Amino acid sequence: MAEQRDRSRQIPGTTVFDGAVSRQGYRINKFAMSFTQPENREAFMADEEAYMEKWGLSEQERQFLRDRDYRGLIDECGGNIYMIMKLGVCTGDGLYHIGAQLRGQTFEEFMATRGAAGAR
Amino acid sequence: MAKIVGGIGSSHVPSIGKVIDMGEQDEPAWKPLFDAYVPVRGWLEDLKPDIAIVVYNDHGASMFFDRYPTFAIGAADTYAIGDEGWGRRPLPDLPGDAEFSWHLAESLVYDEFDMTVCQELSVEHGFLVPMNLCFPHEPAWPVAVVPVAVNVIQHPLPTALRCWKLGQAIRRAVESCPRDLRVVIFGTGGLSHQLNGTRFGHINPEFDNRFLDLLADDPMQLTEMTHQHIMEEAGAEAVEIIMWLTMRGALSADPIQVHRNYYAPMTTGMGLIAFEE
Repeated sequence: MAEQRDRSRQIPGTTVFDGAVSRQGYRINKFAMSFTQPENREAFMADEEAYMEKWGLSEQERQFLRDRDYRGLIDECGGNIYMIMKLGVCTGDGLYHIGAQLRGQTFEEFMATRGAAGAR
Repeated sequence: MAKIVGGIGSSHVPSIGKVIDMGEQDEPAWKPLFDAYVPVRGWLEDLKPDIAIVVYNDHGASMFFDRYPTFAIGAADTYAIGDEGWGRRPLPDLPGDAEFSWHLAESLVYDEFDMTVCQELSVEHGFLVPMNLCFPHEPAWPVAVVPVAVNVIQHPLPTALRCWKLGQAIRRAVESCPRDLRVVIFGTGGLSHQLNGTRFGHINPEFDNRFLDLLADDPMQLTEMTHQHIMEEAGAEAVEIIMWLTMRGALSADPIQVHRNYYAPMTTGMGLIAFEE
């Protein structure tokens, strides 16, 4: 059986979403998954603090969310990009905005690295 | 007897769905992608499939990490359009063929592929974007569908070889159905892309084009790829490409390659390949 992962070879700048990360991020990801229901999107947008309280987010998660710090939610809290994208719909921040932040760039700096940025 | 008449590999980038909903297929940055599918749509019209088996992954529309299945199959007469967080797309529900799905499920499970059987399943961009690219949805979808969902988002994932063998088992399942059905199978996702970390936006056109070459000519070589190798070369989210091996595994040894395209304008190497039996 070939080893599917080689943990001695950390891939630079990369998180592999595995059991450890999924356990760590379970709460924030379940919170973000709730936004597949329109009424939950509305509840969050109406009162973010109350909605975070309802889901029992940690203070660290709440602060990253207040700061729109998606890098923190993903890298520090175990957020899964597909779930965090649902949060981004509510906060008005699209994938490339999140991605630029992950890269430590502005949106404009990131878009300038792409071949045909009209295809966003 | 039911038979597989064609196989399609297609990326499933979600923004493609938005472009379709907005009617912006002719925008200069998108046109090269949509133009490549025009002959594929014509080819499929001539091929007249009754059923499309679509191998895809759910990105958090119907499935969550509380119970994320490694392999699942839809067994419903209708599949609703899912809400992934940005509302339901304005598309008609997709017709299924529950009887055919249950036949596939029985054959697969007895063939030692232990599928989760889903009698209610809403589908999302991983499934819908390739369907949109290849078929009209007005006035109605022209085929019944069988969603086959694979876990490619929460490791441990099934191996590339396992996905290939699933395709072989799907072929046996289709061919053991006495109904006179023409079936096409889709492998979706990829090609190279990464959506997390400082490496967000990584793409590898050289890897992608070699993948397309080998998919046609030497797919067994691809079944030896480890997840580590795919992630290192093509990005963490590129592991989706193992689903293309399910499609290819369901075809005969030497199908005719009828279409191929590659376009990588933003953060994903968008591949297209089509084979006819």
